[in-house]
Amino acid sequence: MDFSFPPEVEEFRAEVRQFLADTLTEDMIAATHDGTIHSPALHAAIAQRGWLAGPVPSELGGGGRGALESVVLNEEMQLARAPIDAMGVAIIVAAILLEHGNDDLKNDVVPRILDGRALACFGYTEPESGSDVAAAQTRAVRDGDEWVINGSKMWTTMAHVANYVILLTRTDPDVPKHKGLTFFLVPLDSPGIEIQPVPTMAVERSNATFYDDVRLADKWRVGEVNGGWAVMKTALKYERGIAGGQFPSPPVIDAAVHWAQTHTRDDGTAPIDDPTVRETLMRAMIDVEVCRGFAYHTASLAQEGAMFGVEGSMTKLFASESYKRHCRDFQDIMGVDGLLTHASPDAHLGGRIEENVRHSPVTTIYGGTSEISRNLVAEGHLGLPRTR
Amino acid sequence: MRTRLTDDEAAVRDVFAGFFANESPIEVVRAAVPLGHDAALWRKLVEMGAPGMAVSLDAGGGGATLCDLAVVVEQWGRHLAPVPLVEHSVTARLLEHHRPFDQAQFEAIVAGNDIATLALRNPQGATAHLIPAGAVADIIITHDGTSGEAWRSAPPLTAAPNTADLPLASRSPDETTPLDISDQQWTRALDEWRALMAVAHVGLAERAIELGVDYAKERIQFGVPIGSFQAVQHGFADAATRLEGARLLAHRAVWALETNQADASRLAGMALLFSAEMARFAADRSLQYHGGYGFSAEYDIQLYHRHAASWILQLGEPGREYARLADAEFGPRKAA
Repeated sequence: MDFSFPPEVEEFRAEVRQFLADTLTEDMIAATHDGTIHSPALHAAIAQRGWLAGPVPSELGGGGRGALESVVLNEEMQLARAPIDAMGVAIIVAAILLEHGNDDLKNDVVPRILDGRALACFGYTEPESGSDVAAAQTRAVRDGDEWVINGSKMWTTMAHVANYVILLTRTDPDVPKHKGLTFFLVPLDSPGIEIQPVPTMAVERSNATFYDDVRLADKWRVGEVNGGWAVMKTALKYERGIAGGQFPSPPVIDAAVHWAQTHTRDDGTAPIDDPTVRETLMRAMIDVEVCRGFAYHTASLAQEGAMFGVEGSMTKLFASESYKRHCRDFQDIMGVDGLLTHASPDAHLGGRIEENVRHSPVTTIYGGTSEISRNLVAEGHLGLPRTR
Repeated sequence: MRTRLTDDEAAVRDVFAGFFANESPIEVVRAAVPLGHDAALWRKLVEMGAPGMAVSLDAGGGGATLCDLAVVVEQWGRHLAPVPLVEHSVTARLLEHHRPFDQAQFEAIVAGNDIATLALRNPQGATAHLIPAGAVADIIITHDGTSGEAWRSAPPLTAAPNTADLPLASRSPDETTPLDISDQQWTRALDEWRALMAVAHVGLAERAIELGVDYAKERIQFGVPIGSFQAVQHGFADAATRLEGARLLAHRAVWALETNQADASRLAGMALLFSAEMARFAADRSLQYHGGYGFSAEYDIQLYHRHAASWILQLGEPGREYARLADAEFGPRKAA
């Protein structure tokens, strides 16, 4: 057992902290309240540092930063409340294209994603297929040198500001579902694409995207025809290894501690002197240390070159479920004041806890629901019978 | 960063996994009821040098790290082995710079010929109330927050009947000797107990989940193994996830103590609370999925369930552990 970071990773952590102190502003964070969970200025600054290319393996043309640097980058960004969804997507899409894409995609598109000029979004989920992602029905049919795409995707978050969608399509409906899938990188300005906003219960907006006879040259195909499931596995590998999501709670805990220490209740007491409040806060802080253990563990395994699977599902399951619980617990600590949104001038710390209460439910759904994670742990880790 | 065991630690694990599997099968645990102690098993550990393994070589111990000891304790917990390994090991390490009564007494403790324990809670006058290994310990170390004492008296070899048949007993001394144990040293010993017991709960829960999963793969209801039902699978998956989280936190706490990290005490307290709740959850799920058999004395899961309920309470109420951590985090509480 050795839970220490090598000196160069500690130096990198200090560098990230300094970057955030210099770059990240409250305005950047608050700007996400327009619904777009993306800060172009922050994204550009991250790209300029080379940190988008960083986690992409050097043999694939990336920055070749180790998994330990990646987890530190994610940790510091999340602790500072930086909006980094676009960072995670950029890293994953670049890695997919570098591993499965043709030379055109590698040479023309990847550099623009990694230097921040181009933005991508995910297009896996459909109105009729979420957890059962391999049941995608969006059709891609070959027509001469081109492909014609028809269908629709849900939860193409950031599509309205992105340049590309990495699209999962069905190219053969007559074979088992996993064997008839093909990926494309689709320019979002292609004729025939319509983007409709999907408002959510939280501040962020998502999108539904519709594809009506969208014509694509074959150079936009990613991976083999009907080889889409191999690409999907790469996507999940990077999503669970690199994309973060292990540290959603610390900024909310900071806010709750601040409230507990500064608020005076109507009976004259401070919440921080209430034993039940103190226990609630300590429980959340313990959960964060558990998340830290998971995050460092997966990074440590990746650093050793060991590919992990179920550890990523466990990390995601624990981090998102505990985060959702913390948000609700903290809103309870605040009582009626916990209901005020960022639109209220009286909201505590810009309504941070309230905003997270409404955001947190999606975290146990996107990127693999808690139920899918539990299935994977039960089957892959405990060897219980597969039921799907 | 290496979150897994080192090769040396894995070798230690393999040795003691084999030892406890051979020498402390569940029949031994059952046979130790109601005292919760098997003198023959302890003797075998003494022959292996286990009781003083994590005492320094200079002091006559085995010179192993706290991490090595934790690896052994994880196997101890997994087998519910009826010997006071954690209390004795922590006490022997505490006494490294103190000599209760005389050098010979210290050497008897390091060798394990005399069993030592510590009163985790302050004694009330001349009685230490229900202390771990109190039924079998020859030497008891107490501390009142400022200074320490070693107590010596013949062990009663009778435990106060309790949930998990632990060797709990209240003790008074026949003879005492003061020990110049600082508050810091005492806190350190308690933190080692916390971190090691966190690891013990990990071993316990790992085996509890195995028992349940094995059962769920075999037990047929409605024509299929009950382990194929998602309601059952998801309970196990939650337990297994919390188990891995607890393992990583407990190991980090042990490593932090071994390497004197600034947050070692905080992590030790956190690890114990998390591991104990995790183990209770795991044992509860596993017993539940055994159905009525889980409630019967015949099936081993009930032993795991009862131990999971009990170990942490030897330290006191978990609520006070949360309060202690909160005091360190936020400063002392102002009473209303």
